[in-house]
Amino acid sequence: MIEIRSIRKEYVSKKNRVIGVDNVSLTIQTGEIYGIVGYSGAGKSSLLRCLNLLERPTGGNIIIDGIDLTSLSSKELRKQRQKIGMIFQHFSLVSSKTVYENVAFALRAAHRSKDATKLRVLELLEIVGLSDKKDVYPAQLSGGQKQRVGIARALANEPTVLLCDEATSALDPTTTKAILQLLKKISSELGITIVLITHEMEVVKELCHRVAVMQDGRVIEEGPVYEIFSQPKQELTKQFISSVLDFELPSHLIDESEGTIIKIQFEGQTAGESILSDTLQSHAVKGNILHGKIEYIQDVPLGILIIELIGDAVQIHSALEYIKNRSSSVEVLKHVTA
Amino acid sequence: MSLLNPIVNILPDLNKAFLETIYMVGVSLAVALLIGLPLGVLLFTTTRNLFFESGIVNRSLGFAVNIVRSIPFIILLVALLPLTDLLTGSTIGPRAASVSLSVSAIPFFARIVETALREIDRGVIEAAIAVGATPWMIIKDVLLPEAKPGIIQGLTLTTISLIGYSAMAGTIGGGGIGDLAIRYGYYRYDNTVMITTIVVLICLVQLIQMVGDKVSYIVNKR
Ligand SMILES: Nc1ncnc2c1ncn2[C@@H]1O[C@H](COP(=O)(O)OP(=O)(O)OP(=O)(O)O)[C@@H](O)[C@H]1O
Ligand SMILES: [Mg+2]
Repeated sequence: MIEIRSIRKEYVSKKNRVIGVDNVSLTIQTGEIYGIVGYSGAGKSSLLRCLNLLERPTGGNIIIDGIDLTSLSSKELRKQRQKIGMIFQHFSLVSSKTVYENVAFALRAAHRSKDATKLRVLELLEIVGLSDKKDVYPAQLSGGQKQRVGIARALANEPTVLLCDEATSALDPTTTKAILQLLKKISSELGITIVLITHEMEVVKELCHRVAVMQDGRVIEEGPVYEIFSQPKQELTKQFISSVLDFELPSHLIDESEGTIIKIQFEGQTAGESILSDTLQSHAVKGNILHGKIEYIQDVPLGILIIELIGDAVQIHSALEYIKNRSSSVEVLKHVTA
Repeated sequence: MSLLNPIVNILPDLNKAFLETIYMVGVSLAVALLIGLPLGVLLFTTTRNLFFESGIVNRSLGFAVNIVRSIPFIILLVALLPLTDLLTGSTIGPRAASVSLSVSAIPFFARIVETALREIDRGVIEAAIAVGATPWMIIKDVLLPEAKPGIIQGLTLTTISLIGYSAMAGTIGGGGIGDLAIRYGYYRYDNTVMITTIVVLICLVQLIQMVGDKVSYIVNKR
């Protein structure tokens, strides 16, 4: 379990003082995949780097599995860091060392014997699917392969936590998918807690159990991913999830339609289509589906339908009530009463 | 045969002069490596946000390095005569000249090492810190290997500069090729010796540069 308690990080230079993280407190459960999103400069990296004290917080405590990192001597801290893996946006491999040596370095830092190191490196390269590249230098690898080496290095000392700072931002979509799958596998098979920073909600949707939204150094909203997607509260959160959920309805479609246009959101197992057909059967209204989409967030469906309802005011009103009782949210985009 | 005669005549002198030069350059290069390399590493690792961060150490070392580097070599040579006498018991000859050559080579090489280390991607150093490596491991297994091509280039540069400086040292009794050039070329107007010296020097510097470039290329895995 990671407990982040009132973390503040200020960067002081000769001329000014920048607040990177402003009093953030979070608890991340063991085995969880935790996402942190926010625009550039929101303080995501600063917060993440405080977790292994790569950046020493100006105030607050970081407690991982009961140990307060901020109170450790440098020797004890080095030992704890071996239990916190980290992967980087630009991979950060030692270019003068082979794949094998890059991974072995982490094990030597933990004083493993030569034989144990060798066995473990080969095992790790197997996990990340790079056994055939063991004697190659990083320059000869693709981005995705480099990140796999980074992951192998981060996992070397059997960490309980894995920190990922934009681990897929430098990769193409296909490679990104593969790396995300690998992280998912690591999380489920090894039970490692993963904290990852991203600016893509797609990554959160695919991978995370919980998510925090950061703005100006603060966490403005936090919760289970499905909840954040289905019931966002902050404007910024809505902006972020709209990149996944929203679709543009051509404005002429709204202008030209003669009926009332509503947007319905369905959560979980409620099937949108059946509610719609029930509504149409029990009310004297006509309905046209203008647009629809179902997203699976952690394998739970979240559906959105945009429907045009045509009929008299009373019937439409009662149909709306009927739908409201059966779906999680209904938004009227255009109201027309005949 | 008559054309080659003057060269054959000075061959023993030329031979001795070159051996002396190589001795001076060799000794001071070894000292530069032994002291300048750790000094360069210290200059780098005491900067902000690095594991030996210390403003005082960094500034004092930087200041000392700059002082030595701002003194023209010929003046340093004279200024260091008492130290030279103390260390070698003499102020003339290649052994004595090696003292001031070493003193000037240390900060020169240290700055080169520091610059080469600055080129390393900060993320690579952070990754090493993040796996819990000790500073010593990071220096030995990350900093020096990553900076190796730059350090070898710097070593080449230092060697070539030292050859130049050693000739200067030779003019005030240090021996070596500088001494040879003064005795034959300046006092006796002997062009043959002059030209021979220049040709040999050009070949030597070319060779050093070539070897340096080659080695630097081989160790560069980027
Ligand atoms: N080493 C530093 N020195 C000074 N200011 C810094 C430093 N690192 C970060 N900052 C400042 O702290 C704030 C938060 O930066 P941070 O890198 O954490 O943002 P981020 O959310 O990771 O952004 P991005 O998505 O661009 O990576 C920014 O205003 C940044 O300028
Ligand atoms: Mg960042």
